[in-house]
Amino acid sequence: MDEGKMTRIFIMGKAYDVPAGITIMDAMEYAGYRFVRGAGCRSGFCGACGTVYRKEGEYRLEFALACQEMVEEGMHLTQLPFTPAPRAAYHLDDLDPRENVLLQHYPEIARCVSCNTCTKACPQDLEVMDYVQAALRGDIARVAELSFDCIQCGLCSMRCPADIKHYHMAQMARRLHGLSASREPEHLTTRLREIAAGTYEAQLDALVAASVVELKAQYAAREIETESEEGS
Amino acid sequence: MSGEQTAKWIGGYPSAMRESIAKVEATRKQRLQDGPLAAMSAEARQEVLRDWHPDYKEDKKRDLLVGPSKGARMPHEVVDLLEAYPLVNPRQIDLAKPDLEASVLILGGGGAASVAALFAHTQGIPTADILMVTKLRHGDCNSIMAQGGIQAADREDDSPAIHYLDVLGGGHYTNKPELVRALVSDGPMMIDWHEKLGVLYDKTGGRYVEAHGGGTSRMRMHSAKDYTGMELMRVLRDEVRNLGIPILEFAPAVELLLDADGHAAGAVLLNLETEEYCIVRAHAIVLATGGFGRLHIQGYPTTNHYGATADGLILAYRAGSRIIDMDSVQYHPTGVAFPAAILGQLATEKLRNQGAEPVNADGEPFVYPLEPRDVEAAAIIRECYGRDKGVTTPSQIRGVWLDTPMIEALHGPGTIKKGLAAMWMMWHRHGIDIAVDPALVFPTLHYQNGGVEIDAEGRTDVPGLFAGGEVAGGVHGKNRLMGNSLLDYNVFGRRAGIAAATWAKAHAPKRLSLAHVSAYVRELKAAGIRPTRTAPRILPDYRREALRAHRLEVL
Repeated sequence: MDEGKMTRIFIMGKAYDVPAGITIMDAMEYAGYRFVRGAGCRSGFCGACGTVYRKEGEYRLEFALACQEMVEEGMHLTQLPFTPAPRAAYHLDDLDPRENVLLQHYPEIARCVSCNTCTKACPQDLEVMDYVQAALRGDIARVAELSFDCIQCGLCSMRCPADIKHYHMAQMARRLHGLSASREPEHLTTRLREIAAGTYEAQLDALVAASVVELKAQYAAREIETESEEGS
Repeated sequence: MSGEQTAKWIGGYPSAMRESIAKVEATRKQRLQDGPLAAMSAEARQEVLRDWHPDYKEDKKRDLLVGPSKGARMPHEVVDLLEAYPLVNPRQIDLAKPDLEASVLILGGGGAASVAALFAHTQGIPTADILMVTKLRHGDCNSIMAQGGIQAADREDDSPAIHYLDVLGGGHYTNKPELVRALVSDGPMMIDWHEKLGVLYDKTGGRYVEAHGGGTSRMRMHSAKDYTGMELMRVLRDEVRNLGIPILEFAPAVELLLDADGHAAGAVLLNLETEEYCIVRAHAIVLATGGFGRLHIQGYPTTNHYGATADGLILAYRAGSRIIDMDSVQYHPTGVAFPAAILGQLATEKLRNQGAEPVNADGEPFVYPLEPRDVEAAAIIRECYGRDKGVTTPSQIRGVWLDTPMIEALHGPGTIKKGLAAMWMMWHRHGIDIAVDPALVFPTLHYQNGGVEIDAEGRTDVPGLFAGGEVAGGVHGKNRLMGNSLLDYNVFGRRAGIAAATWAKAHAPKRLSLAHVSAYVRELKAAGIRPTRTAPRILPDYRREALRAHRLEVL
């Protein structure tokens, strides 16, 4: 994109000219930074590279992942790679999801003033405030659903005027939902029983002992299941 | 992306690429009717691999001159690090008073490390006696980026034996049979364990949603949307935190310590912020440091996380562990080829198992979409460089189309945004809607197929040193199938954690020593290798050459 074109950004207030059309992370490296903190998966999944920036002439602070967001002319930025947010320890098996268990472990969710700053800060475009409200109502399933794409970068909690630890609370909600909402499929239970009973040992013994020629023949003769058999 | 604002860019693509997209659209209806091309014969697979897969370029490899796997052939980038001098001078390290003590020391902070820690605890090791140490943060790893899913043979018409055959065939019959047997036999158990930890797998009608992956004969790919790796990793990390298992972040091991009996006995850690070293004495060690994508073998971009530099592999090799299958590199068939800002990032195989077909610049299909990964990658390279049917981007990168709108045509509008949310978001951030337009892809360096040799219990050649996950080799042979890496780190993280705990209860370390490092240095010198390189490499360096040349180290 725009080969050779440069753009001016400000890293912690200092000006650098970097190629246009690259990510904030690549731009910082181009400028001469070598990351120890502030770089993780570099693909938008780990939340290590939370970044706050302001555009030239704007008063508003914006939030992004450095590995995903492109630089723009006049961007003033700094990284926030660590969120000192406490989390509640719990034993999943001891929790009763019918009680107001989220509020018990994270009482500060009751301080939510519905300002929606968390939602605006979320680089994954999640409806963060909505899931905090769902947590207040005890709707664990809704919290799990709305927070599913959370990468736990912590930017919501850094911005929250009520000091809510949204992403930790949502993690607890998802695990509770996973444990309580759906039963383990029977086909898995059956297979576990078969394996424990040694049902497949003889077949595996034969495969482990088989020569490559025999294995190749069996591999070539495999029946490939087709999509329609699953009926989905 | 200012170019996007001008008239010649439409929906994130420049006009030259739009012309090719029009051809893809023109053939789509017919291709949907015809279904995908047939899979290749064994001979055709062999031919495309031999002629086009990067692993088969002999001039990109050389024979290793030192150590327990001397003579093995592997990429120059790996040999360069194995034939390199230590970062620390053994004589300058004070081993007399260890700073930390652990019963089970776990090197790594990803999936395998977390699973090993949790299972070491189930064997009666108190949480306070377990220590995880990691180079970046807990969860900054390849495990968290896996999208497509995890294999486990748990459906009625599937079995561990069928899974075994798929794995062996995919690995070209080079896998270690005992490891594959463990992998497929433990699969359902690991899924069951995840259920009990509250992992949210996709389900419908009381059953798992299970799909094919490249090279599978049964649909056994369990998923959590296209955030499967993230969902697993954040639950495992949450459980490690719940139990209060100690973890040191930004503190990689830079050397292993052995004792007088040659048993693994600890490590030298480096605090990346204060640059202070720290000695840990341990009864047993689990090596779970992941793979080598950031070595950029043959100059390929990579899907891997920032810390994937093969550091643990180097330490284990110096301590006496053999390494296997290091000549084999997995190039994921579909890395992002456009836009340049996200070059090499992963376009999950789930896109293909949901119906997206690779097509060339003229909109023609040229390969069965779900060949094993090495075959699929080689076919895409051939299409671009052998048949000159690729699409060239403004940055002069070649790629082929992955016709993602086919997914919506096959499964209904909205399928991508719902079930492939991470993928949709990745391109959306760059103005491309993959529900409407195809995505340009080219192979990207994805996975270290080989690694430290282990047995089915995760034991290495060094007594007291166990390994699991991507750092270990033998499970996948020369080629891993989709969905077997998440399974691998669970199965072998668990086995290594259990074996390490058992060993730790029966053995106490004797006097700590770095004599093996001094001996390795003598071997390097005897082989005529000059001290121009050091290893392990802690992190890659992406600063400009010109800038590095002007750096003054004065602070």
